[in-house]
Amino acid sequence: MKSLKRYSVVFVMPTLIAFIIAFAVPFVLGLFLSFTEFRTVSDAQFVGFSNYIRIFTQDKTFLNSLWFTVKFAVISVVTINLFAFVLAIMLTRDVFGTRLFRTVFFMPNLIGGIVLGYIWQLIINGVLFNFGYSITTNASYGFWGLVILMNWQMIGYMMIIYIAGLSNIPTDIIEASKVDGAGWFTTLFRVTIPSCMPSITICLFLTITNSFKLFDQNLALTAGAPGGRTRMVALDIYETFYGRIGFEGIGQAKSVIFFLLVAVISLTQLILTRRKEVEI
Amino acid sequence: MAKRIYDTLIFIVLLFLSLVFIAPVLIVVINSFKLKFSIATEPFLLPTAQTFIGFSNYAEGLRTTDFLSAFGWSLFITVFSVLAIVLFTSMTAWYIVRVKTVFTTLLYYSLVFSMIVPFQMVMFTMSKTANVLGLDNPLGIILIYLGFGAGLATFMFTGFVKSVPLGIEEAATIDGCTPLGTFFKIVFPILKPTTITVAILNAMWIWNDYLLPYLVIGNDYKTIPIAIQYLKGGYGSVDMGAMMAMLVLSIIPVVVFYLFCQKYIIKGVAAGAVKG
Repeated sequence: MKSLKRYSVVFVMPTLIAFIIAFAVPFVLGLFLSFTEFRTVSDAQFVGFSNYIRIFTQDKTFLNSLWFTVKFAVISVVTINLFAFVLAIMLTRDVFGTRLFRTVFFMPNLIGGIVLGYIWQLIINGVLFNFGYSITTNASYGFWGLVILMNWQMIGYMMIIYIAGLSNIPTDIIEASKVDGAGWFTTLFRVTIPSCMPSITICLFLTITNSFKLFDQNLALTAGAPGGRTRMVALDIYETFYGRIGFEGIGQAKSVIFFLLVAVISLTQLILTRRKEVEI
Repeated sequence: MAKRIYDTLIFIVLLFLSLVFIAPVLIVVINSFKLKFSIATEPFLLPTAQTFIGFSNYAEGLRTTDFLSAFGWSLFITVFSVLAIVLFTSMTAWYIVRVKTVFTTLLYYSLVFSMIVPFQMVMFTMSKTANVLGLDNPLGIILIYLGFGAGLATFMFTGFVKSVPLGIEEAATIDGCTPLGTFFKIVFPILKPTTITVAILNAMWIWNDYLLPYLVIGNDYKTIPIAIQYLKGGYGSVDMGAMMAMLVLSIIPVVVFYLFCQKYIIKGVAAGAVKG
């Protein structure tokens, strides 16, 4: 394809330029700025690892947010995948109305995070109003509110992926396990789930990364209230940048740690679950 | 017989769950017709003669948020960003697969790498860069979305391009097609399933995106999520009536789009997951 090479300007340039401007330059610059103190970028002063040290010594908000985020992620990932998988199993039995149910369960996923946050704020506040509370009375209300919201939003998406995985299992291996005398549970755990590992891998990946990176829903539902105790990492970084003057360097250092964390966790998960995938 | 009992039970469970899934949206719709003071105190009651106020929440919301212009900007930015992403990343993906050099390999891995980087990592520096380069307007943000969406889109397109038989392309070249002709007449039509998937995943992301447009163009142009968040404001209480009405107005286009393209959306999500 010698002649194609001469067309590289047409084929590659638009994407490359956009990628450099929107991602590559900001990424490298962000990495560099995390080692500096700055207000406007051009006034950056190199300070070594001091921003990273100050995150853990001076600024306690990051560790609190991180702990909140980890708890939220663990509970959301487990509940979303469990419910989505159970729904997928129920929807692959050709029950009457399957298509309509699928449509309904997936619908919340298309609604944006900000809108979802306000929808659930109304509902949760409506319930708590009867007891004289609101969602910002207690951090645990905000926590469970976020878990419920995230479940409502993501179950449908994961359900679709699990349905695709389940319908790819050849019926003869299910039949074979029944002929061999395996019960419903044995078939589920020995045949169905192992055959679905590729779907499980991708669903875990999507739920883990989305839970860690959650921002819009957090901002709209509680905005961190009460007293920043429902603030997740993404919101904490945002508020460090735009809510506190003189903390830009620390905000940038937090985002580098956040990036490394998300990368390590999601890649570890991919490697661990990929290993469990079997050929069918 | 046992299967029939099971299936009936499952049907009842699913029916109940569907109602649970729809209820939040219905409650918002009901409240959008109620007097704002009764929304906070009795959100689960139907409007009564005293609390029903027709469309005045809608009128108030449309006025304070300038919702129609927000709708226009959301539509403009989403449509043209998705077109740019689909067009340019499919071209790049074809080039990357067909021309194996150090440069294309490096480009491919940089793009894949960008997929796992959270937005917060580049949030501040990207909005600064956009500002310095004069990209802080509805046209400039399309370039930003192309750069941000390039990772996933190129990744998905390269996965599909690898399965396009080289023979047809060579035949086209022998018949005198230029690379551009070969791409648009032969390759691009073959990529159609992936194009639909990429378009839908990116449309869902860009339409609902809040932080990126807020930071890049939020001062001068409001998209729908920005307009909704703006309604909350910094101080004082929220006008719950206007909020409910605007939530309904922002859900309607999504639901309409979903009902028309449901088949493609569900297929797209499933296909996108397998490749991702």
